[in-house]
Amino acid sequence: MSSRAYILSNIKKNLPSSTIELPETNIPHTSYEDKNEKFKSSLASVGGDALWLKDESIDEFVAKNYPDLAVIVSTCKELTCTNRNPNKPNTPHALESVDLAIIEAEFAVAENGAVWVKNSNNRHRALYFLATKLLIIIKKENIVDTMHEAYERVEFKKAGYGLFISGPSKTADIEQSLVIGAHGPTSACVIFI
Amino acid sequence: MGHPQKAAEFIANNERMKWHDKALWFVREKRDIAAHGLDEWEALREVAKQIKTHTINKLDFYLEEFEKNALEKGLHVHWAKDAKEHNEIVLKLLLSRGAKKLVKSKSMLTEECHLNPYLEANGIEVVDTDLGERIVQLREEAPSHIVLPAIHLKKEDVGKTFEKSLNTQKDNCDPTYLTRAARKHLREKFLNADASLTGVNFGIAETGGIVVCTNEGNADLGASLPKLHIASMGIEKIIPRLKDLSIFTRLLARSATGQPITSYTSHFHAPIEGGELHIVITDNGRTDILADEDFKQSLNCIRCGACINTCPIYRRSGGHSYGYTIPGPIGSTLGASKDLSTNKTLPFACTLCASCSNVCPSKIDLHNQLYKHRQSVVKNGLLGFKKHSILKVATWVMKHPSLLDFSGKIARKIVPKLPRSILYTKINIWGKQRELPKFPQKSFKELYKERKK
Repeated sequence: MSSRAYILSNIKKNLPSSTIELPETNIPHTSYEDKNEKFKSSLASVGGDALWLKDESIDEFVAKNYPDLAVIVSTCKELTCTNRNPNKPNTPHALESVDLAIIEAEFAVAENGAVWVKNSNNRHRALYFLATKLLIIIKKENIVDTMHEAYERVEFKKAGYGLFISGPSKTADIEQSLVIGAHGPTSACVIFI
Repeated sequence: MGHPQKAAEFIANNERMKWHDKALWFVREKRDIAAHGLDEWEALREVAKQIKTHTINKLDFYLEEFEKNALEKGLHVHWAKDAKEHNEIVLKLLLSRGAKKLVKSKSMLTEECHLNPYLEANGIEVVDTDLGERIVQLREEAPSHIVLPAIHLKKEDVGKTFEKSLNTQKDNCDPTYLTRAARKHLREKFLNADASLTGVNFGIAETGGIVVCTNEGNADLGASLPKLHIASMGIEKIIPRLKDLSIFTRLLARSATGQPITSYTSHFHAPIEGGELHIVITDNGRTDILADEDFKQSLNCIRCGACINTCPIYRRSGGHSYGYTIPGPIGSTLGASKDLSTNKTLPFACTLCASCSNVCPSKIDLHNQLYKHRQSVVKNGLLGFKKHSILKVATWVMKHPSLLDFSGKIARKIVPKLPRSILYTKINIWGKQRELPKFPQKSFKELYKERKK
């Protein structure tokens, strides 16, 4: 007998006769009067920044806030502040030298400061983790209260990769001291446009 | 050596024990703040319990659905009935692709299967990349906690370990400095790895994909650089629908560390460009637990560690005292289910305070399970002669009311007159760190009768 057959038959043999129904997940839940404010404070609590661009362009923002970075890449083609194409290298390892990656996210989640990233324009998912700093762009109307609304917007009918990012990478594995910047980006800023 | 003996070693350093207790309680308090911040917290726990209970009761169906959908998306699925087969599958995958260097992120299943020593014996370099796990790996220790693997260590211990292994500055034990040193050291390992292995937090039957949650980004970095990604998944990690994650992502990190969500919640439904993603579905005794009505709820566990942080025994005895892959209440019940004889002391590493059951995000009846395991220990004659005999005598006395009254009367007269040297002998384990209470003049029964008059 194959192990697959062994495991499945072992489960069948041991299953009870009664089953309980699969419950509805969209239970009554918290909503926020000011989603933007909640998002900002949630993100701040995990070491990230959120801001809303008014008259400034993304290029101007980058020039002002990241003046000394050598390698700036983005998956948004319209930006002029970038100096390399992250999709060009054939292996993701080449992205090790990236100082700032500017990426797009589909929406933000107020309750936990997370953003949903499923960028089909991005060839190497390693970009999100190899870059030293991360700048995430979201349209300002795309913000939801909680993960309940979030998962209504997430789908995987086709193969692919997507993730929620909430702030920079971090660890508290040494004596519970929070250190921002573990293996991934050491800073993460979300800008709403 | 059982839990009491190993706990005694930990407790011998009183200062360290108190520090450990406080560190874990701090995490528990952060969990409370996060949980109390949501009015729907209890409803979330209830729904989580229903989803998990539903799933394990139809596990064959969901596993097959998961496999079908994963294959459709171009992922590879393997089935392992036990630890040995799991390890062989992983090794075969590595060898057939010429992979010699493996970067691993946290996976309690691979700890359970003792994968690292097996791979190392077969010439594979295995690097644990979670900072806490790397620290204990360099020290040749096991993780002492499932979420906080190095919680038993102080920064000075980590400093010494890194001084030796990573050439860091002498006596520099600043957490930021040490974390940066590990980042540099592990970056190189990531970039030169031939393959990666991750655990699985959730396997989604509906979409055939897996979800991995980390704060450090180590699972993602590993899984997005080398071409081969192997994911080890216990059969109980299955959830039916993608939207079930709306419940579990709200519960997991809040229960674990009090964060609203982990930094990264990655949904893998495809390998990287030109790569392969292999999922190894592993049983290793789980279907046997499924067969046991009393204990099958333990398969609802999402490995957040909340029960461990709150446990008064864990906090004061440390993770290594359990001698099982997973410490604390959940580990004690899983360990006892798996091998009662080896883990016979674990159900007693519990005060039956039920705090674990109260914080569990999927509402596992942990303390009841430990209570039931105790009964199995007794039934199977594993209690030990001394404890068994004492309880036998106690049972006999308590079964005879007049005998109980008589012995009580004698004890109240004699015990207060006995010198300490007799009262607190080595036989009196109970009195090791406790003082006997002041003996009353009369028994409760006598007082009750008097008042009734």
